[in-house]
Amino acid sequence: MPWGEFKDTAAERRLFQRRVTVMLALVFFLLSVLVARMYQLQIVEHDIYTTLSDKNRVQVQSVPPPRGLVYDRNQVLLAENRPVFSVTVVPERVGEIDAALEQLVGILDISDEDLERFQRRLREPRRPFQEIPLRYDLNEDEIARLAVHRHELPGVEVEAELVRYYPHSELTAHALGFVGRINRDELQRIDPVNYAGTNYIGKSGVERFYEELLHGRVGYQHVETNARGRTLRVLERENPVPGEDLKLHLDLRLQARAHELLDGRRGAIVAIEPATGGILALASVPGFDANKFVTGISVPDYRELSESNDKPLFNRALRGQYPPGSTLKPMLAIAALDSGAVTRDHTIWDPGHFQINSSGRRWRDWKRGGHGWVDLTYAMAQSCDVYFYEAAVEMGVDTMVNYLARFGFGEDATLDVSGALSGILPSPDWKRATRNEPWYPGDTVNLGIGQGFMLSTPLQLATATALIANRGEWVEPRLLKDIQGDRSVEEFLPSETHEPLKLKDPSDWEFIAETMAEVMHGVKGTARAAGRGAPYRMAGKTGTAQVFSLAEDEEYDAEEVRERLRDHALFVGFAPVKKPQIAVAVIVENGGGGSSTAAPVARALFDAWILEFSAAAGSLVSKTDSQREAP
Amino acid sequence: MAPREVFSSTASNPLGRPRGLWSALHLDPILLFLLIVLISCGFFVLYSGADRNLDVVKAQGVRFAVAFVVMLVFAQLDPSVFRRWAPWLYVLGLAGLVAVLFVGVGAKGAQRWLALPGLPRFQPSELMKLVVPIMAAWYLSRHFLPPKLSRIGVGLAIVLLPMLLIVRQPDLGTSLLVGMAGLFVVFFAGMSWKLIGAFLAMVSVAAPVMWFFGMREYQKQRVLTLLDPQSDPLGAGWNIIQSKTAIGSGGLDGKGWLQGTQSHLEFLPESHTDFIVAVLAEEFGFVGILILLSVYFLIILRCLFIAVTAQDSFSRLVAGALTMTFFIYVFVNVGMVSGLLPVVGVPLPLVSYGGTSTVTLMAAFGILMSIHTHRRMITA
Repeated sequence: MPWGEFKDTAAERRLFQRRVTVMLALVFFLLSVLVARMYQLQIVEHDIYTTLSDKNRVQVQSVPPPRGLVYDRNQVLLAENRPVFSVTVVPERVGEIDAALEQLVGILDISDEDLERFQRRLREPRRPFQEIPLRYDLNEDEIARLAVHRHELPGVEVEAELVRYYPHSELTAHALGFVGRINRDELQRIDPVNYAGTNYIGKSGVERFYEELLHGRVGYQHVETNARGRTLRVLERENPVPGEDLKLHLDLRLQARAHELLDGRRGAIVAIEPATGGILALASVPGFDANKFVTGISVPDYRELSESNDKPLFNRALRGQYPPGSTLKPMLAIAALDSGAVTRDHTIWDPGHFQINSSGRRWRDWKRGGHGWVDLTYAMAQSCDVYFYEAAVEMGVDTMVNYLARFGFGEDATLDVSGALSGILPSPDWKRATRNEPWYPGDTVNLGIGQGFMLSTPLQLATATALIANRGEWVEPRLLKDIQGDRSVEEFLPSETHEPLKLKDPSDWEFIAETMAEVMHGVKGTARAAGRGAPYRMAGKTGTAQVFSLAEDEEYDAEEVRERLRDHALFVGFAPVKKPQIAVAVIVENGGGGSSTAAPVARALFDAWILEFSAAAGSLVSKTDSQREAP
Repeated sequence: MAPREVFSSTASNPLGRPRGLWSALHLDPILLFLLIVLISCGFFVLYSGADRNLDVVKAQGVRFAVAFVVMLVFAQLDPSVFRRWAPWLYVLGLAGLVAVLFVGVGAKGAQRWLALPGLPRFQPSELMKLVVPIMAAWYLSRHFLPPKLSRIGVGLAIVLLPMLLIVRQPDLGTSLLVGMAGLFVVFFAGMSWKLIGAFLAMVSVAAPVMWFFGMREYQKQRVLTLLDPQSDPLGAGWNIIQSKTAIGSGGLDGKGWLQGTQSHLEFLPESHTDFIVAVLAEEFGFVGILILLSVYFLIILRCLFIAVTAQDSFSRLVAGALTMTFFIYVFVNVGMVSGLLPVVGVPLPLVSYGGTSTVTLMAAFGILMSIHTHRRMITA
């Protein structure tokens, strides 16, 4: 032996054999442990892990329904769904995330805001291989550029989502409203099941009011997915029920015309079809691009809109509350006639001012020297204030308020116009409650010409005017004309609540309509310039609302007052006088006089509807032509 | 001798020594047969675990071809060759480990590879799985057994030195396997039970010290996750939860070959490398696991028989230690995949996809065959 020491080989062999026996026992024991463990997992707990495995594999996905489309009355698309592309990143599949982001920033226009949001989502706990959105709303150019670099960017994907798009956004933003991402408050009140796959919800206007109808019902599919969430096959599917397509009374052409007429100014136009109550045009100028709000408006864009002096986000047509001024006179005239405060032939002497008692405050007429002898027709045509001061005092506040309430003032009388305000119909109770002051006789006088505390929205004025056009038949204003599917409009349109306004002498309606026609066509009519040369007869009333009140004997000079402090120009009217097809209310903020600024706008709108756009446009012209020969 | 007959499976041949062709090739037909059974079954599981990627299976095939050649070469060498070369190989291995610390290449914060010009890339630590037991066996078998206390001390030092170098890479899994290989030599050499008891006591004291001073954050995380995988179900616990789900959902007879949803839908990570046994468990069930463990058990039995019938102490120690190292592979891998042990990155021997360990393992079997086929007809 080379080792130089004595070795007891037999003893060493026996020692080794003993040790091997021990090891063999250990091997056997440990293998038994493994077998026992496998038995526990595979036999004893088999059911638990089968469930876990299926839960891994099979996922219930919600299939969001496509949102219903919105059309105008002529089937012009106002709101559609457009695929919007966003770029998402799967961090597990991207090698160096920072390098990939850097490269993406070079290819796409990615803001710091986007990056910040991405980094935040990256740090949050999530499933492996779940994608994180990096930027929404890529344009075609960016998608193309990304496609070129696609092979260098594993784990970077472009995903499509259907998102609301308003092709005539500026025109329809205030009438239609818009959708936006569901916020925390909305999350509380929506049905989490039905909205499981939905990211957007109606925020205002039609989109908000008919949210349920437009949204549709969510569908489901059981899918087999791999660990990266990629769907491999659909095991079972329940299709979503798409949202209903809606048709509105709105006429986009008239809406566009209304915007043109107010272009460069601030104001609102509401046009109603008297027979149906359908809102033909609902314009608030300036408008804004609602598409910006859908995917989330940027902070500077929002600041620009919200801080603009012109308040483009403010819906003047529904929420602008103005003193109605003289545009309230037709309704007051109805009240005065029906309550017996005046008769058709009742005549007064207008010295240019009015006093309740001989020593009291003088209420001035807009015409300094007064109108002289004035009857109701003349008072309407010339918008004589003193006549209405006297009539107001004769009626008293309660009578006036009762009648005005029947015209829809002081309430939101609309059926489906989301966000419409009710204005203020002042009464002694109201004044006591809100100002803790008694109602003074002077308040009654002010109300007689639509000034003082009274406030109304353009929509309310149009509604009241439509009531006159309808000779007292109430048709609440509404936007929804038709539902394209099987559902009926009645199912979703709230029911009508207003009783018709029946006068003791129904021919008073005709009389007042004629006095309003006198405004447009009479020799002395305040809007005769606007009514001149029309192939049909129209009825109207001009109005001017003071932005700030003048002292008793202060002279008003438009030149000296800054533009923003000038009076609001107002106009209400309908046409044709017989069988009216359209009733409008126009307000031009700081436009000066109603006759000079607002009346021509209304005339242009009448012409547009009656001569160009309405279904009966052609036939009517010939009819009025034959009528014209009669007088 | 009674124990020899217990282990003998070739009754007509008292020494269990192969004859004829096998003798000429220095191969043990029984061990070879068992290995081929294991490796063939492994290919089927690998094909499924790699999600029907034939390229992976082909690459594995090439790797086994190389490994078989290595085994064949090792089998031809006389055990005395290993013994004579032991100190030099050990020094070379240590040099390699030191070199890795300075010029090594690798990924995920660990330097394990040595890329020497003119040589294929290799892991010195992998080599040490063979060299350390051979070196320890060389040292201890030079003197009578059981060894004296001082020799045991030196023997342990021989084991500890490369262990520490490998931990520095850091590669806890390999370090433990190398250590185990060395410790088995010391155990087989006849380290007294008292000493073993004292040693185990020392380890249990050292464990908390290691925890606070010796372990890296990711290693601690692995242990913590093992204790409570639900604490981090999407992060570190993901692997264990998914592999347990795969195993458990397999049930008694499995979902069928290529039908495992956990692996084919990519829920199971590392499904063709370290976690491949979960694929087998999912697709072939408890029955499949029993068959696999039985094959491993038969291989270990045959190897221990070779060790017992070896003619000198050095061969016995080497054969015993290599066999037990092989078993440790199996136990640690199946234990970690089934959630009994922390995830330490040990492959399932001869089944998992991977290069270096396959070659090392087959080289070890080559050494075992060499020991078995180079016995002299006349007992010493």
